[in-house]
Amino acid sequence: MGRYLTRKLIIYIITFLFAVTLNWAVPRFAPGDPIKMLLSRFEVMEGGKDILESFFVKTFGLDRSPLQQYVGFWRSLFAGDLGVSISQYPKSVFNIIRGAIIYDFIILLPAIILSWIIGNKLGAFSGVNKKADNFLMPVFYFLTSSPYFWFALVISYVFGIVLGLFPTSHAYSATMRPGWTLAFIWDFFLHWFMPFLSLFLVQLGGWAIGMRNMIIYETNTNYAKYMESLGATERLIRNYGFRNGILPQVTGLAISLGTIVSGAVLTQMVFSYPGLGYLMVQAIKQNDYFLIQGCFLFLIIMVLLANFVIDIIYMFIDPRVRHSYSGEV
Amino acid sequence: MKARWIVLAVVLSLALGSTAALAAERHETLIVGGGTWSAATSWNPLYPNNTNGTVGLVYETLFGYDPLTNQHKPWLAEEGKWISDDVYEVKLRPGIYFSDGQPLTAVDVVFTYELARDNNLTYSPIWRTLKEVKALNLDTVQFVFENPSYQEWQIELYSRAILPKHIWKDVPGEDLMVIANDNPVGSGPYKKLLAGPDRNVWVRDDNWWGNKVFGQPKPKEIVDMIIYENNVALGMLMQRTLDLSNYFIPGVPAIKNLYGLTTWFDGPPYMLPANVAMLILNVNRPPLDDAQFRRALAFAVNPQTIVERVFENMVPLCDSTGLFGGWTAYRDAEVAEKHGFWYDPAIASQMLDEAGYIDLDGDGWRDMPDGSAIQFEIIVPAGWTDWMESIRIIAEAFRAIGVNANPAFPDQALYEQRMQTGNFDMLINNYGSGISGSPYSYWNWVANHNIHREYVTEGNFGRYDNQELFDLIFEFNQLPPLSDESLAVASKIQEILLVDMPSIPFWLNGMWAQMTSQYWTNWPTEDNPIGRPCSWGNQWQFGAIDMLINLQPAR
Repeated sequence: MGRYLTRKLIIYIITFLFAVTLNWAVPRFAPGDPIKMLLSRFEVMEGGKDILESFFVKTFGLDRSPLQQYVGFWRSLFAGDLGVSISQYPKSVFNIIRGAIIYDFIILLPAIILSWIIGNKLGAFSGVNKKADNFLMPVFYFLTSSPYFWFALVISYVFGIVLGLFPTSHAYSATMRPGWTLAFIWDFFLHWFMPFLSLFLVQLGGWAIGMRNMIIYETNTNYAKYMESLGATERLIRNYGFRNGILPQVTGLAISLGTIVSGAVLTQMVFSYPGLGYLMVQAIKQNDYFLIQGCFLFLIIMVLLANFVIDIIYMFIDPRVRHSYSGEV
Repeated sequence: MKARWIVLAVVLSLALGSTAALAAERHETLIVGGGTWSAATSWNPLYPNNTNGTVGLVYETLFGYDPLTNQHKPWLAEEGKWISDDVYEVKLRPGIYFSDGQPLTAVDVVFTYELARDNNLTYSPIWRTLKEVKALNLDTVQFVFENPSYQEWQIELYSRAILPKHIWKDVPGEDLMVIANDNPVGSGPYKKLLAGPDRNVWVRDDNWWGNKVFGQPKPKEIVDMIIYENNVALGMLMQRTLDLSNYFIPGVPAIKNLYGLTTWFDGPPYMLPANVAMLILNVNRPPLDDAQFRRALAFAVNPQTIVERVFENMVPLCDSTGLFGGWTAYRDAEVAEKHGFWYDPAIASQMLDEAGYIDLDGDGWRDMPDGSAIQFEIIVPAGWTDWMESIRIIAEAFRAIGVNANPAFPDQALYEQRMQTGNFDMLINNYGSGISGSPYSYWNWVANHNIHREYVTEGNFGRYDNQELFDLIFEFNQLPPLSDESLAVASKIQEILLVDMPSIPFWLNGMWAQMTSQYWTNWPTEDNPIGRPCSWGNQWQFGAIDMLINLQPAR
């Protein structure tokens, strides 16, 4: 157990150092100077841009050598300082991310977890029930293979414009003020529903198909046949199959949860819903070094954390993992 | 189940913060969109990337500017004029005060300008010709120049936000552009109410000094929504959750009546013009270094096709000189007649033939006189769909006269880098061609002199080097508006730009505006030309405040 965790931790630390370094380097060596890009869009007096340019270069320390910048980057990272955004100057990267990330969680966490639970249940059901399978499979395939952008637009158009049930965009009405009032919470819920639903449905299909195939596979394995010959009930065999089939699904869940911060770019675009995904795209477009760094740092930490948690969970749900590290084979 | 609710409650409380206030009434709220693309970060008028509305709604300028009539509208100033060749005198309106109750006087105007003298700010270059700003009394300011830049001054008059001295005098010089100025105190009709990740909300200042002078703006609140996609804006217009959309929305001519949308013109071109879309040619890449070749390209394209197919007649064609709006006062019809261009591929072909660009190797494409191949790439940023479609048409037109040109769509960052470093053949751009109080801004962008550097940021991305033209543009800046001398110099500038054709103006991008009338009526239109329906940044003083004053609640 201890050996397992230590080894995993070392791997994670190396991965972290490597990923963060890449994250620092890639935007800096990519084409497009963020300050020059910002300048070209300002309409200021002749000569004003030169003043701004020297102000920015000094402010962001871009006149220092790359090595100095790299060392400075790690130093401020350990001080908990992610720097200041260039495109959204003078707001700090941390504040920008904090303001946006909450919306990713609100939409994605329920969508991923609910679609995972319901998708697995439906998939398992579909795997053992031929009649239901004939009807459910096409639905699952439709959901999982329809392009998300199109699917979300259809949902937005049907539920928003045609039926007029839900507002088509933003986190809450323009006339609402955030606060703990029933009216606001209801308004917030209405705005939340379509982005949530679109993500929930699209992911549901994938989980269900995965589980269905796993169940069919598991019920045809030798151990299942052996159990059958011993006279085990179909229900018991199915339960064993489910326990085995869930393993890859858990890994999939971990990856989904880890990439949560970048997962909803299209949702945010279709519904103009705030969040980190869209912010990240904008940061990349404008090559805003510091904002890109900050966003990806969050992404790296989330992915590593999710994987780490899954590694631990695996020890409980998969005895093989536990045994291989504690030498009790 | 209980745990889940607790989680939701925690999450919600984090998202909402602690501010709780009553919702505004919809019929008193004006919802706009199109001028804000990311969450607000700064309300500092000294920092050019400040939140849309900082200048105009909160801080005010000495003058407004009406692009329709090309008139400066006295705003904080009651009047302003050149009392001698070198002295501009501004008389302030009586009874102006900031939202904290302190009066706005000549002292604040002097302070605003001296701030740029004593520190490095974006308008510090004005002190190259400005010698002194003095307050004669509390409502009279004199700007004393030496060889004033009259044209640039026309723009300066409506650009500079006047700051309250009693607040800004305590800001250390090195912090002037750094501070976010979270609680802006200005003299304008609105105050900052809140800024969320997807919106900025402004609330009317009922004590605004201008109520008695101009009238009170009708909307109690202005909500500026951040909308990522133009189809979302269209959805919001249909749902009536957006009153004024300043997005380019394809298909507006077709659906406008169906969904009850108002546009400035009821029929084509529907929109007012906002800026010139230029095809910029890299004059350092042969054969684009040959003026004859460049001029031939201008004749090859039918911009009408672009206007019809890409913009569905929502934009007007552009004059050969590129001048539109108030700038046309400087247009020399004779020069335009003599050196202008129009769509005629036969002329284009003939010009190329004469200059020796013919197909030498029989591959169907024209070659350089020495036999080497000619091939061009035209670029616009990926995802800018209207421009992408436009350069497809332009490339097609060039190919039709035997010039091998192809469209390409690099990412925006790459596009801008290539543009600024001169690493392109041709591209479409409009960053500095926006409507303004003087064609100086346009010419100084089209043919900026500051091109001998690695990154060019002030315009003239094709790096067209013509000292004579640079001198003329400089000279034009130093001449009084619409004086005979200025008109003469303007003619020469137009002639050089047409004869040498370093870039080709093809069409005018629209000041996109679609309005709904469920909650607000009396929108500015062709038949009701009071104000300008535009919520874009730094254009509130172009008549948008007048629009706010003249709006009528629908019920």
